[in-house]
Amino acid sequence: MTSVIIAKSKLNDFLASLKSGYQVLGPVRQGDMIAFGPVNKAEDLALPYSNTRLSIKSVFFPQSERMFGYSLDKEDADAGIIKETPKEYPNRVVLGLRPCDAKAVTLVDVNMDNPQFQDPWWVKRRETTTLIGLGCEHPCSTCFCTSMGSGPFDETGLDVLLTELPDAYLAKSLTPKGDQLLKQAKGTDAASPANEKTAAEIKTKAEQTLPQLDTAKLKDKNMMELFNARFWERVQFACINCGACTFLCPTCWCFDIQDEVSKKAGDRIRNWDSCMFPLFTLHGTGHNPRDHKVQRVRQRFMHKLKYYIDKYGDGPACVGCGRCVQACPVNIDIRNVITLMNEYQTSAGTKA
Amino acid sequence: MLEYVGKIRDIARRLLSENKVDVVIGFRQGTIPMMSEPAVVSRPEDVDELYWDYNCGINLTNYLTKRTDRIGVVAKGCDSRNIVTHIVENQIKREQLYIIGVPCHGMIDRSRILAALDGQEPTAVVVNDTEIVVTGPGFERKFNRQEYLQNNCATCIHRNPVVYDELVAEKVEEQKLDDRYADVKKIEAMSPDEKWAFFDKILAPCLRCYACRNACPLCYCPTCFVDESRPQWLGKSIDPTDVRTFHFLRAYHCAGRCTDCGACERACPVNIPVRLLTKKLNMDVEDLYGFEPGMVPDVRPPLDVYRPDDPGGFIK
Repeated sequence: MTSVIIAKSKLNDFLASLKSGYQVLGPVRQGDMIAFGPVNKAEDLALPYSNTRLSIKSVFFPQSERMFGYSLDKEDADAGIIKETPKEYPNRVVLGLRPCDAKAVTLVDVNMDNPQFQDPWWVKRRETTTLIGLGCEHPCSTCFCTSMGSGPFDETGLDVLLTELPDAYLAKSLTPKGDQLLKQAKGTDAASPANEKTAAEIKTKAEQTLPQLDTAKLKDKNMMELFNARFWERVQFACINCGACTFLCPTCWCFDIQDEVSKKAGDRIRNWDSCMFPLFTLHGTGHNPRDHKVQRVRQRFMHKLKYYIDKYGDGPACVGCGRCVQACPVNIDIRNVITLMNEYQTSAGTKA
Repeated sequence: MLEYVGKIRDIARRLLSENKVDVVIGFRQGTIPMMSEPAVVSRPEDVDELYWDYNCGINLTNYLTKRTDRIGVVAKGCDSRNIVTHIVENQIKREQLYIIGVPCHGMIDRSRILAALDGQEPTAVVVNDTEIVVTGPGFERKFNRQEYLQNNCATCIHRNPVVYDELVAEKVEEQKLDDRYADVKKIEAMSPDEKWAFFDKILAPCLRCYACRNACPLCYCPTCFVDESRPQWLGKSIDPTDVRTFHFLRAYHCAGRCTDCGACERACPVNIPVRLLTKKLNMDVEDLYGFEPGMVPDVRPPLDVYRPDDPGGFIK
């Protein structure tokens, strides 16, 4: 676990050396928004920036992805046989993602890569991607990462953490992948104890700017009583049941699988789905267990803030990035919901 | 516009205390700058939750659909026109409603202001008669209010409610505009190839989150065509054909009904100017049928009725 300095004047040297071994993605301008896109030179990076509009998740889990293809042509010897759609897994670096996004990736790992199920595409992309995070010296007013077990300089899920100093970045390697990357990289210089000290001060200062929401009581709440709490009626009123919060969320992992057939060939496609949509839970019989908006709104918050905690003994499944707070068209603020849930009085115990 | 707040609360308190309505639907002050939250109040002691400012661009008619209770509803010009449309389309009854009319000064365009701030984060936004004063860590920026109104508000000619039971203030002067459709005409002047490229460009960031559709009071179908699964009309991916089909067909479903309230555009998390599509159809309906949606409570929209003298020149 080494630390080096990348002088801002040498950022292009650093990038050029990365590009010889990796595809480099980073926060770049796309219209009014900042999104993860290819980075060829330092000037492509949209720095300084607060956060990307969409999270890192599409880098590992694209919104729409062909999983399999098949032929329905009876003349074809392979007709009806489903074959995996070939994919490429180049070595990639994501440069400059925020630590909350990396933390979120580790929360999604629980679903996509666990002893029971391994999503092959998620796993392969995770293996071939190196994450170089950029610590947040100036968290947004909607950020609440330190309340969610993350932080502006959280190292979880990152291979390298960058801290911006006045003329340079302090790059701290956190994993063997990070060690290897920094060893091969050009444009780096040895870090001094003074650099480390400055970085530590920046980190402490940034952490102090963040609000503290209490989540400690969530795990001991009685799940059914929380589920039946009356405040959901109030929370859900404004909701229009769009999928903006879930699609922008770095920890929402739900998807739908669809077959699309055209003439004599078909594709099996996986698309992001959202628990906000009635179709998400519509049964083949026509019955819908979450037929009402209040059930869907409750599901999103209960999943993140109660079910995940109960099931995995970890979480919550929120990193406090504030994207949903910024993007909800009707200002449903998860920070308020967290407080409502945490403060709600239930009898002890997580079981009904 | 802040002086409206007290008046809205007074009216709501009176309506609830006198049992004239069961609930009042309005806005609550937002938790972040330039946002507000639609809210429902059912007890007189809760009316102080109600608020009004330059960020109430969501259309509250969307919250009336198929309700069966007696509702006090806060309505600016466009909301009131959607209430009319809702009444015509049997989504609510006039006698259920007590319409608290708000003469509107136009809503400010959050996404454009955020874009102009270029990553600087606003922590407080104060709007006065001419300016929008935005402050954040270490900066203060001023924007001309008229310039940074939502685009639909800048071209609005019905700021005063067209139907109401009570107004919170004197009516405002309506805007006199030379050409409300300059943006549409610019696109109409493009060649087919340019148009295709333009639509592809504006729709490229679409996530299919349906915030535009769900914020729209016109979109109340029990099952939207994009959600039909037996049979399924439309692919679910972000394939450009499916994205285009969703946006174009949705716009057509709003033809002759859309009041250009701008809720769709305001709701979009990726800044797609979806109103350009509906506005083109508004212009056509106005040209062909001389019809403005939501102005008269007993006239069905022109594409909802057949008349022998309907214009047919566009059928080739």
